[in-house]
Amino acid sequence: MNAGDALFLFFSLALVLSALMVVLSPNAVVSALYLVLVFLFTAGLYILLQAFFLALLQVLVYAGAIMVLFLFVMMVLDLRKPCRWWDGNLPALMGGPLVGLAFGAAVWATLRRTVWPEATSETLFRGDLAAVVTPLFSRFLLPVEIIALLLLVATIGVVVLTRREDHP
Amino acid sequence: MIIGLDHYLAVSAILFGLGLTCILMRRDLLLILMGLEMNLNAANLALVAFSRYGRGADGQVLTLFVIAIAAAEAAVGLAIVVALFKNRRSVNADDFRSLKG
Repeated sequence: MNAGDALFLFFSLALVLSALMVVLSPNAVVSALYLVLVFLFTAGLYILLQAFFLALLQVLVYAGAIMVLFLFVMMVLDLRKPCRWWDGNLPALMGGPLVGLAFGAAVWATLRRTVWPEATSETLFRGDLAAVVTPLFSRFLLPVEIIALLLLVATIGVVVLTRREDHP
Repeated sequence: MIIGLDHYLAVSAILFGLGLTCILMRRDLLLILMGLEMNLNAANLALVAFSRYGRGADGQVLTLFVIAIAAAEAAVGLAIVVALFKNRRSVNADDFRSLKG
C-alpha cells in the first residue's frame, strides 16, 4: 500500500465518521463543526484526485463562507431548546436511516456490476488550473454569467426575506 | 489494493446516504440544510472523481457551478429559516404544519 492509498483510506474513513457525527450529534453547533470537518476531508480527497483548485475553493467557500453563515445564523437565532434527533417523530426516525441505507445499497449494487474503463497513469486527467479555468471563458461563458445573475438574485432575495415587516 | 474510481464513488454514495438520512431523520431546519450541503458535497466528489478518471475538465467545471449554487442555496435557505423563526419562534420542522389538513 503506497502513501496515496493510505491517505485515501484515512480521508474517506474520517469523512464518513464526521458525516455520521453530523447526523448523530444532539447539538446543532457541534453538528456544524463536524460538517466543517466533512468539508475539509473532502478537500483532502480532491487533492488526491489532483483537483487542487477545487480543494482550495472547497476550503474557502464551504468550510469558510457557508459554515460561517450557518454558525452566524445559530448565534442570531439564540436557540433555547435543542432539537435532538431521538425525540423526533417515529416515521422520520425509522424512515431516514431506511431510505439512506436503501440508497447506499442501490448504489453498491450498481457499482458492483459496472465495468469501468482501464485507467493508467497516462490516461488520468491532471487537473492543472489552466485546464479547469480556460473552459469558463469559452464554452461555459454563458453559464458563468447566469451564475453571476443568480448570485445577485439570491443576495436581493435574502435581503427581502429577512426584512422587518413594519419597515417599508 | 489499487484505489480506483469505484472507491471514490463508494465514498460519495455513503456521504450522500448519510446526508439523506440527516435530511429525513433530523427535525431541526438547520440540520436539514446541513444534510442538503452534504448531499451536494457527495455529488461534487463523484463529479471530480469522474473528471479524474474520465480525462476531462468538464466535471471540475460543473463542480465549480455546484459550489456557487450551494452558496446561494445556503444563503436563501438560512434566510427562510430566520424568517420562520421570527414568525413562529421555532426551528423544529414538526412545528410547521399549518398546511396539514
